[in-house]
Amino acid sequence: MNGIELLAARFAQVKQRGEKALIAYITAGDPSLETTAKLVASLDQAGADIIELGVPFSDPVADGPVIQRAVNRALANGTTLAGILDLAANLTNKVATPLVLMSYYNPILQYGLDQFCHDAARAGVAGIIVPDLPLEEAGPILAASELAGLAWIPLVAPTTDGQRLARIAAAGSGFVYCVTVTGITGTTQDVTGEIGRIAKEVRSLTELPVAAGFGIGTPEQAAAVARYCDAVVVGSAFVKLVEKQGKDSMKVVSELASQLKQALKG
Amino acid sequence: MQPDIRGYFGKYGGTFVPETLMPALEELIKAYDEARQDPDFQREVDYYLTNYVGRPSPVYLARALSARLGGAKIYLKREDLNHTGAHKINNTVGQVILARRMGKKRIIAETGAGQHGVATATAAAMFGLKCVVYMGAEDIQRQALNVFRMRLLGTEVVEVSSGSGTLKDAMNEAMRDWVTNVRDTYYVIGSVAGPHPYPMMVRDFQAVIGREARQQMLEQTGALPDCVIACVGGGSNAMGTFYAFLDDPEVKLVGVEAGGKGLSSGQHAATLTAGRPGVLHGSYSYLMQDSHGQVAPVHSVSAGLDYPGVGPEHSHLKDIGRVQYTVATDEEALAAFHLLCRTEGIIPALESSHALAEAIKVAPQMAGHQSILVCLSGRGDKDVHTVAREMGVELV
Repeated sequence: MNGIELLAARFAQVKQRGEKALIAYITAGDPSLETTAKLVASLDQAGADIIELGVPFSDPVADGPVIQRAVNRALANGTTLAGILDLAANLTNKVATPLVLMSYYNPILQYGLDQFCHDAARAGVAGIIVPDLPLEEAGPILAASELAGLAWIPLVAPTTDGQRLARIAAAGSGFVYCVTVTGITGTTQDVTGEIGRIAKEVRSLTELPVAAGFGIGTPEQAAAVARYCDAVVVGSAFVKLVEKQGKDSMKVVSELASQLKQALKG
Repeated sequence: MQPDIRGYFGKYGGTFVPETLMPALEELIKAYDEARQDPDFQREVDYYLTNYVGRPSPVYLARALSARLGGAKIYLKREDLNHTGAHKINNTVGQVILARRMGKKRIIAETGAGQHGVATATAAAMFGLKCVVYMGAEDIQRQALNVFRMRLLGTEVVEVSSGSGTLKDAMNEAMRDWVTNVRDTYYVIGSVAGPHPYPMMVRDFQAVIGREARQQMLEQTGALPDCVIACVGGGSNAMGTFYAFLDDPEVKLVGVEAGGKGLSSGQHAATLTAGRPGVLHGSYSYLMQDSHGQVAPVHSVSAGLDYPGVGPEHSHLKDIGRVQYTVATDEEALAAFHLLCRTEGIIPALESSHALAEAIKVAPQMAGHQSILVCLSGRGDKDVHTVAREMGVELV
């Protein structure tokens, strides 16, 4: 199965069980790639349906302070995109949960766009999310990811109007990532404020599953948002736990994942 | 040149921003496009440039400096005489008038040396708009005077301590604010950097520098200058100066980047000289980065040049060879600073001192009938503490 099929199968499975999917984000290399490997195993065990690995970038403008600090820790250890792809290759042999990479554009660009998509697909990565690459600039990566069978997961925001939504949804694959708030990751706003409207609009335009993320950290928030969509992305809440407990964060991360998953079984 | 419809100068430029901002950029592209074709908008901008900023700024023949160097005559485009003391005000007046026209109530900006922050705070105060300026913690230390000026003008200055605590980090934080408050907030970018349409728009607002200077040189000398020199951080004063001369192939154009402690030291901000293309802050352009695409730390004695990126149009002009880019070290810039103080009674900004340093290098190799135009982008009041520290002098 290629990445697009892998994600489709996973969403079908979750739907069949009458649940909503939990997409768990952690920053790769925080505090080390070794810990990341263990965290992925714990999240897999705890019921995460998709795991998003953040590729650290020095200037993460779409992220809040929690993830920025995680990125700094990861970079201080010398975490690189190549190292993360090696780790992914290793993990996809051991865990069934599809892995998705979230990376800003420049590390991918410097790695080499075609080479990156090829290597990511070969490592078993299912899809990629690039937060600073709007559809207008995505032409080259769309071509390269399609060739590699990698899903290009688009982001849409509360400010995205109907026409843009239609174009973005048509170009994307895997799922559509709806940003719940106008803002950055990890901020506490009313996460259900706009998601109802956006999710409804996205559903009217595409068959792709709809995920919601940014600012969702508790089981209550997850359940509230899940009413409108197929999946919920939780990131900063996990990263905060890793920040506190470092290499011993497996247990707390897995507890939060279980609680979140429970809430999504509705 | 005009960028293509997606904001590319050759292969540089574009709009590499979170989706949340794309509708705001589309709105801005449309608003700016309408405004620049509207004579009322142009008239309003011109009115404030003339009566508030004090334009045109003079072109001044630096006789004593030229005599000292014994070569080409050096002319200074006196942007330091503008209201608030630098070229930055040309752009902020234009953008704030645009923001008001778009119905925005809140203005945000980032600043390194503080000149852009002060200029934004000034324009916002004049038009009664709420203003927030992001500034790196290290720059707040280096530029305490400008921080105080912004606060006097009613602007909130937010200290950014993430990353290196300099301009790049202030820009990250301003972009985060913009992502969060995009519906009612206008982001005044201070250089010819950032996503389309900023590089084009900021250049258009700064192009008044070169337009005036070209005319003034013709009037004063009967000819175009042989060489035009400007400093390049993000590159707005340089782009504004060069723009009027791009179609004059006989005029040599030189952009001077911050050589810091020397290129071999690794502590500099010579993006076009030592960097390679990448994506940061919304555009594809030359960038100081490591082999993994992480943005590299940069250094300059001048807070205004301490930026790892550069405007995309400069990248294009470098590649096509129309502008030559070179560096001046901290030491060379400081020497130029002192020389101008003593020979001409002008205290230049440390940014501008980089351009002067290049003029000082090339003037002696040129003939007495030749001329060099240097953009004196700002005055040096804000830098006296830095210079004092470099001289080992304690100021109270």
